[in-house]
Amino acid sequence: MKNIRFLLIGVLFGIIMYKSEAASWYRIYEMFQFRSFHMYGIIGTGLATAILIVQYIKRKQLKDTSGEPIQFVDKKMSITRYLVGGTIFGLGWALTGACPGPMFTLLGAGYFASMGLVLVAALAGTWLYGIVRNRLPH
Amino acid sequence: MMMNIITDPWPWYISGPLIALVLFLLLREGKDFGMSSNFRTMCSILGAGKKTSFFNFDWKAQRWNLLVVLGAIIGGFLADTFLTNGAPTEINPASLADLQKLGIVDEIQSYLPASLFVLDGTGKQLAILLIGGLLIGFGTRYAGGCSSGHAISGLSNFQLPSLIAIIGFFIGGLLMVHLIFPLLFG
Repeated sequence: MKNIRFLLIGVLFGIIMYKSEAASWYRIYEMFQFRSFHMYGIIGTGLATAILIVQYIKRKQLKDTSGEPIQFVDKKMSITRYLVGGTIFGLGWALTGACPGPMFTLLGAGYFASMGLVLVAALAGTWLYGIVRNRLPH
Repeated sequence: MMMNIITDPWPWYISGPLIALVLFLLLREGKDFGMSSNFRTMCSILGAGKKTSFFNFDWKAQRWNLLVVLGAIIGGFLADTFLTNGAPTEINPASLADLQKLGIVDEIQSYLPASLFVLDGTGKQLAILLIGGLLIGFGTRYAGGCSSGHAISGLSNFQLPSLIAIIGFFIGGLLMVHLIFPLLFG
Protein backbone atom coordinates (compact mmCIF):
# COMPACT_ATOMS: atom_id res chain seq x y z
CA MET A 1 0.00 0.00 0.00
CA LYS A 2 2.77 2.40 0.95
CA ASN A 3 4.42 1.73 -2.42
CA ILE A 4 1.28 2.75 -4.25
CA ARG A 5 1.09 5.94 -2.21
CA PHE A 6 4.64 6.89 -3.25
CA LEU A 7 3.82 6.16 -6.86
CA LEU A 8 0.69 8.31 -6.69
CA ILE A 9 2.56 11.17 -5.00
CA GLY A 10 5.00 10.95 -7.92
CA VAL A 11 2.16 11.02 -10.47
CA LEU A 12 0.76 14.12 -8.79
CA PHE A 13 4.20 15.72 -8.78
CA GLY A 14 4.74 14.90 -12.46
CA ILE A 15 1.40 16.41 -13.44
CA ILE A 16 2.13 19.55 -11.40
CA MET A 17 5.58 19.95 -13.01
CA TYR A 18 4.05 19.67 -16.48
CA LYS A 19 0.93 21.76 -15.91
CA SER A 20 2.74 24.51 -14.02
CA GLU A 21 5.23 24.71 -16.91
CA ALA A 22 8.03 24.46 -14.35
CA ALA A 23 9.28 21.69 -16.66
CA SER A 24 9.31 24.08 -19.62
CA TRP A 25 12.71 25.10 -20.96
CA TYR A 26 11.13 28.40 -22.04
CA ARG A 27 9.99 29.23 -18.52
CA ILE A 28 13.44 28.63 -17.10
CA TYR A 29 15.00 30.81 -19.79
CA GLU A 30 12.54 33.59 -19.05
CA MET A 31 13.16 33.21 -15.31
CA PHE A 32 16.90 33.70 -15.68
CA GLN A 33 16.16 36.84 -17.70
CA PHE A 34 13.95 38.18 -14.88
CA ARG A 35 11.31 38.82 -17.50
CA SER A 36 8.41 36.92 -16.02
CA PHE A 37 6.88 36.50 -12.61
CA HIS A 38 5.61 32.99 -13.35
CA MET A 39 8.47 30.87 -11.93
CA TYR A 40 9.03 33.27 -9.03
CA GLY A 41 5.32 33.04 -8.25
CA ILE A 42 5.50 29.25 -8.23
CA ILE A 43 8.58 29.11 -6.01
CA GLY A 44 7.30 31.94 -3.79
CA THR A 45 3.83 30.55 -3.13
CA GLY A 46 5.24 27.02 -2.90
CA LEU A 47 7.78 28.13 -0.34
CA ALA A 48 5.28 30.21 1.66
CA THR A 49 2.86 27.28 1.84
CA ALA A 50 5.70 24.90 2.70
CA ILE A 51 6.83 27.17 5.57
CA LEU A 52 3.30 27.08 7.02
CA ILE A 53 3.20 23.29 6.67
CA VAL A 54 6.60 22.78 8.32
CA GLN A 55 5.75 25.17 11.17
CA TYR A 56 2.41 23.43 11.72
CA ILE A 57 4.06 20.00 11.81
CA LYS A 58 6.67 21.23 14.31
CA ARG A 59 4.20 23.00 16.61
CA LYS A 60 1.73 20.13 16.63
CA GLN A 61 4.56 17.57 16.73
CA LEU A 62 2.76 15.56 14.10
CA LYS A 63 3.58 11.93 13.49
CA ASP A 64 4.05 10.22 10.16
CA THR A 65 1.95 7.34 8.84
CA SER A 66 4.15 4.84 10.71
CA GLY A 67 3.50 6.67 14.00
CA GLU A 68 7.03 8.12 14.23
CA PRO A 69 7.47 11.84 14.94
CA ILE A 70 8.17 13.81 11.77
CA GLN A 71 11.75 15.03 12.01
CA PHE A 72 13.72 17.75 10.29
CA VAL A 73 17.46 17.36 10.02
CA ASP A 74 19.56 20.52 9.84
CA LYS A 75 21.96 20.76 6.91
CA LYS A 76 25.62 21.05 7.80
CA MET A 77 26.82 24.60 7.38
CA SER A 78 29.35 25.35 4.69
CA ILE A 79 29.66 27.87 1.92
CA THR A 80 31.92 26.32 -0.71
CA ARG A 81 29.97 23.19 -1.51
CA TYR A 82 26.61 24.93 -1.70
CA LEU A 83 27.84 27.92 -3.67
CA VAL A 84 30.10 26.03 -6.10
CA GLY A 85 27.85 22.99 -6.41
CA GLY A 86 24.84 25.25 -6.80
CA THR A 87 26.54 27.25 -9.54
CA ILE A 88 27.44 24.09 -11.45
CA PHE A 89 23.85 22.87 -11.19
CA GLY A 90 22.54 26.29 -12.23
CA LEU A 91 24.60 26.17 -15.43
CA GLY A 92 23.09 22.79 -16.30
CA TRP A 93 19.60 23.82 -15.26
CA ALA A 94 19.61 26.86 -17.56
CA LEU A 95 21.14 24.89 -20.44
CA THR A 96 18.70 21.96 -20.40
CA GLY A 97 15.83 23.75 -18.68
CA ALA A 98 15.35 20.65 -16.57
CA CYS A 99 15.92 20.22 -12.90
CA PRO A 100 15.93 16.60 -11.72
CA GLY A 101 12.15 16.36 -11.09
CA PRO A 102 11.04 17.77 -14.46
CA MET A 103 13.70 15.65 -16.17
CA PHE A 104 11.65 12.56 -15.30
CA THR A 105 8.37 14.30 -16.11
CA LEU A 106 9.65 15.16 -19.58
CA LEU A 107 10.83 11.58 -20.13
CA GLY A 108 7.20 10.58 -19.81
CA ALA A 109 5.91 13.56 -21.78
CA GLY A 110 7.42 12.30 -25.02
CA TYR A 111 10.97 13.69 -24.89
CA PHE A 112 12.29 10.21 -24.27
CA ALA A 113 15.44 10.34 -26.41
CA SER A 114 16.70 13.81 -25.48
CA MET A 115 15.80 13.60 -21.79
CA GLY A 116 17.14 10.05 -21.71
CA LEU A 117 20.50 11.45 -22.79
CA VAL A 118 20.31 14.20 -20.17
CA LEU A 119 19.48 11.59 -17.52
CA VAL A 120 22.34 9.29 -18.52
CA ALA A 121 24.70 12.27 -18.43
CA ALA A 122 23.31 13.33 -15.05
CA LEU A 123 24.03 9.86 -13.67
CA ALA A 124 27.56 10.13 -15.08
CA GLY A 125 27.89 13.53 -13.39
CA THR A 126 26.80 12.18 -10.02
CA TRP A 127 29.10 9.19 -10.49
CA LEU A 128 31.99 11.53 -11.27
CA TYR A 129 31.20 13.57 -8.17
CA GLY A 130 31.28 10.40 -6.07
CA ILE A 131 34.73 9.57 -7.42
CA VAL A 132 36.31 12.99 -6.89
CA ARG A 133 34.40 14.20 -3.86
CA ASN A 134 37.22 13.51 -1.38
CA ARG A 135 39.43 15.86 -3.35
CA LEU A 136 36.88 18.67 -3.51
CA PRO A 137 36.49 21.46 -0.95
CA HIS A 138 33.20 21.11 0.88
CA MET B 1 -13.54 33.36 -20.37
CA MET B 2 -13.25 30.80 -17.63
CA MET B 3 -10.02 28.97 -17.29
CA ASN B 4 -10.15 25.36 -18.30
CA ILE B 5 -8.49 23.70 -15.32
CA ILE B 6 -8.10 20.39 -17.19
CA THR B 7 -6.33 21.50 -20.34
CA ASP B 8 -4.98 25.00 -19.68
CA PRO B 9 -1.60 25.47 -18.00
CA TRP B 10 -2.00 26.15 -14.29
CA PRO B 11 -1.24 29.64 -12.94
CA TRP B 12 1.57 30.07 -10.44
CA TYR B 13 -0.75 30.59 -7.47
CA ILE B 14 -2.21 27.11 -7.96
CA SER B 15 1.04 25.41 -8.90
CA GLY B 16 3.13 26.66 -5.97
CA PRO B 17 0.80 25.48 -3.17
CA LEU B 18 0.38 22.13 -4.97
CA ILE B 19 4.15 21.61 -4.85
CA ALA B 20 3.97 22.29 -1.12
CA LEU B 21 1.23 19.66 -0.95
CA VAL B 22 3.68 17.14 -2.42
CA LEU B 23 6.17 18.12 0.29
CA PHE B 24 3.48 17.58 2.93
CA LEU B 25 2.45 14.19 1.54
CA LEU B 26 6.08 13.02 1.64
CA LEU B 27 6.72 14.39 5.15
CA ARG B 28 3.57 12.58 6.23
CA GLU B 29 5.19 9.36 5.01
CA GLY B 30 8.28 10.20 7.03
CA LYS B 31 10.29 11.09 3.91
CA ASP B 32 12.05 14.15 2.55
CA PHE B 33 11.15 15.92 -0.67
CA GLY B 34 14.19 15.87 -2.93
CA MET B 35 14.63 14.50 -6.44
CA SER B 36 18.34 14.64 -7.18
CA SER B 37 19.27 12.03 -4.55
CA ASN B 38 17.74 9.51 -6.95
CA PHE B 39 20.79 9.93 -9.19
CA ARG B 40 22.98 8.64 -6.39
CA THR B 41 20.62 5.74 -5.78
CA MET B 42 20.63 4.84 -9.48
CA CYS B 43 24.43 4.96 -9.61
CA SER B 44 24.48 2.60 -6.65
CA ILE B 45 22.09 0.20 -8.39
CA LEU B 46 24.33 0.31 -11.47
CA GLY B 47 27.26 -0.88 -9.36
CA ALA B 48 29.07 2.36 -8.55
CA GLY B 49 29.44 1.21 -4.94
CA LYS B 50 31.98 -1.47 -5.84
CA LYS B 51 34.76 1.04 -6.28
CA THR B 52 33.43 4.23 -4.74
CA SER B 53 32.34 4.29 -1.12
CA PHE B 54 29.97 7.23 -1.74
CA PHE B 55 27.69 4.79 -3.58
CA ASN B 56 28.14 1.92 -1.17
CA PHE B 57 24.95 2.26 0.85
CA ASP B 58 21.68 0.42 1.24
CA TRP B 59 19.91 1.77 -1.83
CA LYS B 60 16.83 -0.31 -1.09
CA ALA B 61 16.04 2.16 1.69
CA GLN B 62 15.66 4.75 -1.10
CA ARG B 63 13.28 2.65 -3.17
CA TRP B 64 10.36 4.86 -2.16
CA ASN B 65 11.97 7.82 -3.98
CA LEU B 66 12.46 5.75 -7.13
CA LEU B 67 8.71 5.11 -7.00
CA VAL B 68 8.17 8.85 -6.78
CA VAL B 69 10.22 9.47 -9.94
CA LEU B 70 8.53 6.56 -11.69
CA GLY B 71 5.28 8.29 -10.79
CA ALA B 72 6.66 11.58 -12.15
CA ILE B 73 7.34 9.87 -15.49
CA ILE B 74 3.76 8.53 -15.55
CA GLY B 75 2.46 11.95 -14.47
CA GLY B 76 4.34 13.58 -17.35
CA PHE B 77 2.83 11.10 -19.77
CA LEU B 78 -0.70 11.57 -18.43
CA ALA B 79 -0.42 15.37 -18.48
CA ASP B 80 1.01 15.42 -22.01
CA THR B 81 -1.59 12.98 -23.29
CA PHE B 82 -4.80 14.03 -21.55
CA LEU B 83 -4.28 17.31 -19.74
CA THR B 84 -3.05 19.74 -22.34
CA ASN B 85 -4.53 21.88 -25.08
CA GLY B 86 -1.18 21.88 -26.87
CA ALA B 87 -1.06 25.66 -26.83
CA PRO B 88 2.48 27.03 -26.89
CA THR B 89 4.00 28.29 -23.66
CA GLU B 90 3.28 32.01 -23.45
CA ILE B 91 6.54 33.61 -22.49
CA ASN B 92 7.51 37.25 -22.44
CA PRO B 93 7.69 38.51 -26.06
CA ALA B 94 11.09 40.05 -25.33
CA SER B 95 12.41 36.61 -24.33
CA LEU B 96 10.94 35.09 -27.46
CA ALA B 97 12.61 37.78 -29.55
CA ASP B 98 15.94 36.91 -27.93
CA LEU B 99 15.40 33.23 -28.71
CA GLN B 100 14.68 34.12 -32.33
CA LYS B 101 17.86 36.18 -32.47
CA LEU B 102 19.85 33.27 -31.06
CA GLY B 103 18.28 30.99 -33.65
CA ILE B 104 16.93 28.60 -31.01
CA VAL B 105 13.33 28.91 -32.12
CA ASP B 106 11.27 30.80 -34.75
CA GLU B 107 8.01 30.46 -32.92
CA ILE B 108 6.99 28.41 -29.92
CA GLN B 109 5.18 25.33 -31.17
CA SER B 110 5.56 22.71 -28.49
CA TYR B 111 6.44 22.29 -24.85
CA LEU B 112 10.20 22.37 -25.49
CA PRO B 113 12.23 23.92 -28.33
CA ALA B 114 12.64 21.29 -31.02
CA SER B 115 16.08 22.56 -32.02
CA LEU B 116 17.35 21.39 -28.63
CA PHE B 117 15.12 18.47 -27.70
CA VAL B 118 14.14 16.69 -30.90
CA LEU B 119 17.28 14.77 -31.79
CA ASP B 120 18.70 15.78 -35.16
CA GLY B 121 22.00 13.94 -35.01
CA THR B 122 24.16 17.05 -34.78
CA GLY B 123 27.12 16.95 -32.46
CA LYS B 124 26.29 20.35 -31.03
CA GLN B 125 22.86 19.27 -29.85
CA LEU B 126 24.28 16.08 -28.40
CA ALA B 127 26.99 18.03 -26.60
CA ILE B 128 24.45 20.46 -25.14
CA LEU B 129 22.27 17.67 -23.75
CA LEU B 130 25.19 15.63 -22.39
CA ILE B 131 27.11 18.55 -20.88
CA GLY B 132 23.89 19.93 -19.41
CA GLY B 133 23.10 16.59 -17.80
CA LEU B 134 26.64 16.20 -16.53
CA LEU B 135 26.53 19.63 -14.86
CA ILE B 136 23.16 18.79 -13.28
CA GLY B 137 24.29 15.43 -11.92
CA PHE B 138 27.60 16.74 -10.61
CA GLY B 139 26.29 20.04 -9.28
CA THR B 140 23.24 18.70 -7.46
CA ARG B 141 25.27 16.15 -5.54
CA TYR B 142 28.05 18.62 -4.76
CA ALA B 143 25.42 21.09 -3.53
CA GLY B 144 23.51 18.33 -1.73
CA GLY B 145 20.23 18.98 -3.51
CA CYS B 146 18.38 20.65 -6.35
CA SER B 147 15.38 22.96 -6.66
CA SER B 148 13.07 20.65 -4.69
CA GLY B 149 15.53 19.70 -1.95
CA HIS B 150 16.88 23.21 -1.36
CA ALA B 151 14.34 25.77 -2.62
CA ILE B 152 11.30 24.02 -1.13
CA SER B 153 12.45 21.50 1.52
CA GLY B 154 15.49 23.35 2.81
CA LEU B 155 14.23 26.92 2.72
CA SER B 156 10.89 25.99 4.31
CA ASN B 157 12.93 24.74 7.27
CA PHE B 158 14.99 27.97 7.23
CA GLN B 159 18.25 26.29 6.26
CA LEU B 160 20.94 28.84 5.44
CA PRO B 161 22.89 26.28 3.33
CA SER B 162 19.84 26.03 1.06
CA LEU B 163 19.78 29.79 0.56
CA ILE B 164 23.48 29.70 -0.37
CA ALA B 165 22.78 26.85 -2.82
CA ILE B 166 19.98 28.84 -4.46
CA ILE B 167 22.27 31.86 -4.83
CA GLY B 168 24.58 29.42 -6.60
CA PHE B 169 21.74 28.18 -8.83
CA PHE B 170 21.19 31.75 -9.95
CA ILE B 171 24.88 32.55 -10.47
CA GLY B 172 25.08 29.51 -12.74
CA GLY B 173 21.79 30.17 -14.50
CA LEU B 174 22.55 33.84 -15.14
CA LEU B 175 26.04 33.04 -16.45
CA MET B 176 24.58 30.45 -18.81
CA VAL B 177 21.74 32.55 -20.19
CA HIS B 178 23.51 35.91 -20.41
CA LEU B 179 27.14 35.01 -21.16
CA ILE B 180 27.31 31.48 -22.54
CA PHE B 181 24.13 31.38 -24.67
CA PRO B 182 25.29 34.25 -26.93
CA LEU B 183 28.62 32.42 -27.45
CA LEU B 184 26.97 29.04 -27.92
CA PHE B 185 24.14 30.06 -30.23
CA GLY B 186 25.04 33.55 -31.46
